[in-house]
Amino acid sequence: MAQTPSSEARAGLKLISPTAIYVILLLAVPLATVLLYSVLTGGRGTVGLPLTGENYAELWSKPVYGYIMLKSLLVALTVTAITVLLAYPVAYFVSFHVKPERKSLWLFLITIPFWTSYIIRVSLWFVILGYGGVLDSTLASIGLPPLNVASYSILSIIIVLAHAYAPFAVLPIFVSLEKVDRSLLEAGQDLGESRWVTFLRVTLPLSMPGVIAATLIVFIPTVGDYVTPELVGDGKEPMIANLIETQLLKLRNFAQGSAFAVASMLMVGVVSLIFVLLNRRFIGGQK
Amino acid sequence: MKKAPLLRSYTLFYLLFLYGPIILLPIFAFNDSRVVAFPLQGFTLQWFGEMAADQNLRNAAWNSLIIALSVATLSTVLGIFAARASVRYRFPGKVPVMGLIMLPLVLPEMIVAMALLVVLLSIQIPLSLFTVILGQVLICTPFAVAILTSAFQSLDKSLEEAALDLGETPWSTFRLIILPLVMPGIMASFLICFTISFDEFIIANFLGSGQPILSVYIFGQFRFPAKVPSMLALGTVLVLFSIILLGFAEYMRRRGIAKAGGKDSGGFL
Repeated sequence: MAQTPSSEARAGLKLISPTAIYVILLLAVPLATVLLYSVLTGGRGTVGLPLTGENYAELWSKPVYGYIMLKSLLVALTVTAITVLLAYPVAYFVSFHVKPERKSLWLFLITIPFWTSYIIRVSLWFVILGYGGVLDSTLASIGLPPLNVASYSILSIIIVLAHAYAPFAVLPIFVSLEKVDRSLLEAGQDLGESRWVTFLRVTLPLSMPGVIAATLIVFIPTVGDYVTPELVGDGKEPMIANLIETQLLKLRNFAQGSAFAVASMLMVGVVSLIFVLLNRRFIGGQK
Repeated sequence: MKKAPLLRSYTLFYLLFLYGPIILLPIFAFNDSRVVAFPLQGFTLQWFGEMAADQNLRNAAWNSLIIALSVATLSTVLGIFAARASVRYRFPGKVPVMGLIMLPLVLPEMIVAMALLVVLLSIQIPLSLFTVILGQVLICTPFAVAILTSAFQSLDKSLEEAALDLGETPWSTFRLIILPLVMPGIMASFLICFTISFDEFIIANFLGSGQPILSVYIFGQFRFPAKVPSMLALGTVLVLFSIILLGFAEYMRRRGIAKAGGKDSGGFL
């Protein structure tokens, strides 16, 4: 079609405007509001001038906040590491050892649990790990002592999150493995390298972008997870999301809650950036 | 294909781990004991009866259905606009606008919910099912855009040009040529958004102001041991329902790819 660039630009802008206006009003404006509130002086249910850095100072000065942030970070990183390590061989198997026409069936099987109710999956773990639950009653019936996993809140939070986000990790790794040029592997082996060395020197580096993507996809929602600490950890081990909820809704301290939200976004942003930079460096180092 | 028995059995174990808790759903939903533990006691339909008789549960399910249908419709419509614009046209500000639309994918859901909640409370908009819909559309639109973008990308541009050359208007071209071709993508997007919305908890909980919504109701009931068996019965029904919907979405997606003459590369995302 003969279109001048400006008429094309206008048509494009017109077409995207409903969606754009929606996300600007309901996403960009709220995020900007949170940013603004975080530097205002807060009262109960109100915010006002003057501008202040006190909300952030509060975050630094009370060790309990730092502890919760650090705990969320460590839990999320542990979950991410477990999830990605467990998922890699699965993605590798589907990419390299499954017939092409069967691949989408395998992927479908792996992704189904992700599409079934998150609340039900998490609640089921509560039933499995909880006091007198499925795990302990099974152990008792074969004469073993109960493990009482649920009393180790952080451990059970990690187990549940690693299960809940497992399928997220398989897909991006699979996609990057699919892109690996198979002739490179043959070349490696023709030149006398073992399959294991070929994997370490060719396949693994080439699949790193997928691994990094998987890391981010798992890390971001786990660090902000609300349901699992609330239900499985019995609320005894709050994470960032629970902290933000307490400040905003229970204490109705909008300014302080906003500061927590901004701080946690910053934390997520910084960690994500580190992963992305690591990836770039890793790829650069292969040349 | 090389055989890899070790990797294969590992993958099967992994699937078992993924499905483990879900397999427990039907087992205990039909188990004749209020205590969810092995050994099994006997077969019963009592929990399904209890579930069906629960008036609060029916209200919650009805609300969830209204929300999910509205969210799926709105997200898919917004998704069509965004996906079509980004595939078909070049325009200034495309990267930041698309970035903003896709942002909820990389933002913890809690942040999206809280940001929206702060604004709603500040301008004193009462929380309702409507505010839940507003919030969930933000979460679902990126999925709709992702699915629809691949649908629009597989369109052959010459079909559209031919229709325009033959005297169709841009709108009738869209309605007669493009829409039917991307219909499977639209259906897949609708079904996926419906499923996401139906299961969604964070926004339903915080922007719903205690309205009975299914995910929120389930979350509350699991705290009462006496209620657990009927929740397992509900879970069994929901999982079946999800699998049927997803199977259908996957079927539509494949049909869409086949229609456009493409090759299946697997997966929803």
